Amino acid sequence: MHLDETLTRIRERFGVEPTGEDPKRPLDPRHLVVTVPVDRWVEFAGFAKEALGCRYFCHLTAVDWKAEGLDVVARLENLRDGLGLTVKTRIPREAACPSLTGPYRGADWMERECYDLFGIRFDGHPDLRRLLLPEDWEGHPLRKDYAVDTSHAPYR
Amino acid sequence: MDVRPPVASPTPKVPVPEWEEFKDLQDWVKYRQERIDGDRVSETFASLADRLEQFPGGWLMVTSTDKLFNWARKSSIWPVTFGLACCAIEMMATFASRFDVERFGMVPWASPRHADLMIVSGTVTIKMAPMLKRIYEQMPDPKWCLSMGSCANSGGPFRHGYHVVKGVDRVVPVDVYVPGCPPTPESLMFGILKLQEKVAEFQKRGKRAAPAPPAG
Repeated sequence: MHLDETLTRIRERFGVEPTGEDPKRPLDPRHLVVTVPVDRWVEFAGFAKEALGCRYFCHLTAVDWKAEGLDVVARLENLRDGLGLTVKTRIPREAACPSLTGPYRGADWMERECYDLFGIRFDGHPDLRRLLLPEDWEGHPLRKDYAVDTSHAPYR
Repeated sequence: MDVRPPVASPTPKVPVPEWEEFKDLQDWVKYRQERIDGDRVSETFASLADRLEQFPGGWLMVTSTDKLFNWARKSSIWPVTFGLACCAIEMMATFASRFDVERFGMVPWASPRHADLMIVSGTVTIKMAPMLKRIYEQMPDPKWCLSMGSCANSGGPFRHGYHVVKGVDRVVPVDVYVPGCPPTPESLMFGILKLQEKVAEFQKRGKRAAPAPPAG
């Protein structure tokens, strides 16, 4: 699949323009960035898996933009054709994000980690518990409003 | 390009594990709290030593047996095999043939029940601290603890992180602090020699240092 065809299909179906990671460089099919609204998040993941052949769910993380909300970032790759998509969506600070565990089973632990450290609730996740931190931990430490130097009992 | 459609299958439900291990730990802590009268045998020995000292010339016997036991203790310090982070690599290098700590009678032992020394080598995270304390309390008295490296001493470069204990002396009492990031095997051996000096002055009576209270 050529780059132009990929871009056309994304444009036609979702009406968004894929960009490169660096605007000074020509568009590289391995580093495409697509920003979709949150209500088409799962739909885009299914589309990338079925139509674009992105069978590999590389990672999922989030970015805290303080008052502007949180960016959920996922990386989907088609290893055979050399196509890599960085998919982003913006959610409000306390809102939930739909879960990608439907199209990608491998998103399970990634979303648990994201919930653990950023406090994003993923709707439709089968088992949303903390992954890395102890189960009695208070707060979500990678949020910008988390007070790092707060001392807690017993060993902190 | 042909992409095979995924086989439709129901999402497997992952069962929630039950933390038997932690329940066991809670029972054990409760047992420790119930048994407040401590070790009766050592109490008997302590009172025996007290009475011996009151005899004319009895102190000679007590001090010379103390010296003998302390010599035996300091020349066979067995550290428990317990590595936490990158300092453990230097600790292993110290245990290995080039820096051979077996000259000091040290045998790295894989059971806390037979060990005298815990070398806390590396970053102690808040999640790891209860396990560290558990291993320390499984060691028989008399026991010593050596804090190795900046992370175990004070939290080190991760002191302002959210997940690191700011010094292992908030968890267990520490006898010798070895600075460095990581300390070289020579530094660790110097710390071990300092610990040997401390063990040579060890007396059975007297309270051990309590862990420092958490700040704030």
